[in-house]
Amino acid sequence: MSKVLHQPEGTLKFGFWVYLMTDCVLFASFFATYIVLRNNTFGGPAGHDIFNLNYVLVETIILLISSFTSGLAMLAVQNKEKGQALMLFGVTLLLGLTFLFMEVSEFRNLIADGNGPARSGFLSSYFSLVGLHGLHIAAGSIAMAIGMFQIMKKGLTESISERLNCLSLFWHFLDIIWIFIFTIVYLMGAL
Amino acid sequence: MPHTPHTHSEHGNLHSYQLGFVLSIGLTIAAFYIVTNHLFSTNGIIASIFGLAVVQLVVQLVFFLHLDKESKPRMNLMAFLFALMVVLIIVGGSLWVMYHMNYTMTPSEMNNYMVGQEGL
Repeated sequence: MSKVLHQPEGTLKFGFWVYLMTDCVLFASFFATYIVLRNNTFGGPAGHDIFNLNYVLVETIILLISSFTSGLAMLAVQNKEKGQALMLFGVTLLLGLTFLFMEVSEFRNLIADGNGPARSGFLSSYFSLVGLHGLHIAAGSIAMAIGMFQIMKKGLTESISERLNCLSLFWHFLDIIWIFIFTIVYLMGAL
Repeated sequence: MPHTPHTHSEHGNLHSYQLGFVLSIGLTIAAFYIVTNHLFSTNGIIASIFGLAVVQLVVQLVFFLHLDKESKPRMNLMAFLFALMVVLIIVGGSLWVMYHMNYTMTPSEMNNYMVGQEGL
């Protein structure tokens, strides 16, 4: 690779970090909307009527484990252990898809019971906030599948390792956002 | 630009990931336990589980995102602190504005209700 065209080390990671911070601001506006509208149930169900805390705890633990395995996958990438990196990213992807499946089935049940996003201000903001996080997880899952494909095709080259590093940051970031969704939406909503 | 040497320290090691993982699971279960068993009053529960979430934020920033191992100048930390400030202004400001709007700009029935509630 040409030395002239190569970016100074850390630039890509810092740029991605700045993107994550702006994403924080996006999530903050959705959180603010949710907190303002959480009591506007318009005669419909409130949080404690529709949230199943045990189910959400399982979702949370799954996402936490996937955050852990994505960190382990990055360690494998640094140590140039291609097989182990592929295996750990595979586990992370599988856990991410399980989480997504659980979230979608939760949404489907709510909509089937007539408690869709159009039911009340509370449900609109709930679906927006949790759905926004789900969209991020879906995007991260697609990126992870592409990353695994690239590892298989080209091996752990420097540019692929940098990209995977950003992906791993993204995945940890989504886990942190979920911790606040778990606390503010589900745990506080169940009170 | 001087070429900074590539170090392992910026990515952490197996031990830091394990520690962060165990702490995160513990903090999550603790918050869950507090809510399901109604350990405190409602305000106490809200304060304690939010506190646990903030502790977990710090745990994950340190053990998963390695924000503490950054080399100087600590631009990532600066960007994070700036984002934190914007987040606090957005969330805190929205709550403040909407609370006062609810309080002062509601229909007359709501005013009567609030007056009744406050025993004025």
